[in-house]
Amino acid sequence: MSETETPLKTPLYAMHVEHGGKIVPFAGYLLPVQYEAGVMKEHQAVRENVGLFDVSHMGEVLFAGPDALANLQHLLCNDFISLQDGRVRYSPMLNAQGGVIDDVLVYRFTPEKYLMVVNAANRHKDVKHILSEQIGNVKITDISDTLCQLALQGPNAEALLKTLVPETNIPQKYYSFLADISVGGVSCLVSRTGYTGEDGFEFYAPAGDAIRLFNVLFEAGKPFGLQLCGLGCRDTLRMEAAMPLYGHEMDDTVSPLETGLGRYVKMEKPNYIGKQALLAASEPHRARIGLKMVGRGIAREHFPVYAGDTQVGHTTSGTFCPTVGPVAMALVDAKHQTVGEKLSVEIRGSRVEAEIVPLPFYSRKK
Amino acid sequence: MEIKNDRMYTKSHEWVLFENDTTATVGLSDFAQSELGDLVFVNLPQVGDAVTAGETFADVESVKTVSDVFSPVTGTVAAVNEALNDAPQKINEDAYGAWLAKVENITGKEELMDAAAYQAFIEK
Repeated sequence: MSETETPLKTPLYAMHVEHGGKIVPFAGYLLPVQYEAGVMKEHQAVRENVGLFDVSHMGEVLFAGPDALANLQHLLCNDFISLQDGRVRYSPMLNAQGGVIDDVLVYRFTPEKYLMVVNAANRHKDVKHILSEQIGNVKITDISDTLCQLALQGPNAEALLKTLVPETNIPQKYYSFLADISVGGVSCLVSRTGYTGEDGFEFYAPAGDAIRLFNVLFEAGKPFGLQLCGLGCRDTLRMEAAMPLYGHEMDDTVSPLETGLGRYVKMEKPNYIGKQALLAASEPHRARIGLKMVGRGIAREHFPVYAGDTQVGHTTSGTFCPTVGPVAMALVDAKHQTVGEKLSVEIRGSRVEAEIVPLPFYSRKK
Repeated sequence: MEIKNDRMYTKSHEWVLFENDTTATVGLSDFAQSELGDLVFVNLPQVGDAVTAGETFADVESVKTVSDVFSPVTGTVAAVNEALNDAPQKINEDAYGAWLAKVENITGKEELMDAAAYQAFIEK
């Protein structure tokens, strides 16, 4: 949507206001960037305890019918043949030029029924693309407006959920899910997924049940010291975990091979949109790297990156991360990937030294 | 939101506390730190720098954004609060104690508000 359109509200907007959320427009929605605790405390709560996010802005597209799988195989560069019922798989969705239209999660209910979860900012673009590429016997439906989505993230997420549902109703494996689970009387799809680098769950429920589900989780969270979390820490958490964000680490002009998503690109798959372009292209000449600031300064997105006096790329995301300090991700000439190499980032006219470090910046202790 | 009666304020949310007509200490108001959120970086001027009323003399960064800090007065930087370099969160914890710079040889100033006027200004 364009910026002139009125931002939408998620079904939980009133709860954000009631709980002191600082509301900002994001991807066409009014969402809390933080609550009164602030980004640092919210971030820390997810790393050490448990936090609750409203991610209802995410889009959901249902694929149903005998050719549902054929459509996903055509649209996405990851391979879904081996995906089992109750499992989730990530994939970039490419354009014919091999650039990234979006990155999505696919949930398989049955061999003929799948849910694709897309980024809010790309939803309308994605749906248009998906429908224009539709093949065979499949019903494709954008059900985004009928659902809410909440994310419960952090090392205590499972303990909290155990107070609400029997253990058999908790998905055990990362990237698995269970449908039609009653969470405090609200029927949910519960998946063991997230965007924070911690253990946790995402809940999909009817939009009309959003406030009820929020209150169930919020009340159950009280003994744990559950923290409400906004978009601010969602960004610092995913940054530390080096999870790519659409519009930053990738876009329509960036190849998934350049931006470090090669393991989700299956060249052995017979065919899919973008494969021919990737085959025709030479070895990727850019790479995504992690940078830790050595000099004083905070690199933000789209700042030039230098090796000596030569610009070799630009930052794609950068901020001060609560657990690891000032870091950035950058797309640079593939010659510059050696951990320990010193580069510099131009921060408002001054070059500040930075060192290449391994990604992710942070990994949770298993 | 705390507003101290002992000092003056700018429309850009700095405070200035005059020791005498030509010497003052400058910082960010409690309203400013609250709006900015958790501060994670400060870029302070150097002792001896000339600063001009209404012009940028420092910047502060939160996780999300960079914000310029404007000097309420024209003069020379006599001291900076070096402790903020390693602990910018002191501004969030105590906006009126965590001064940014002391300015001397003051020859001019911004349009300043007293506490009551500033209170009315931020409520608008």
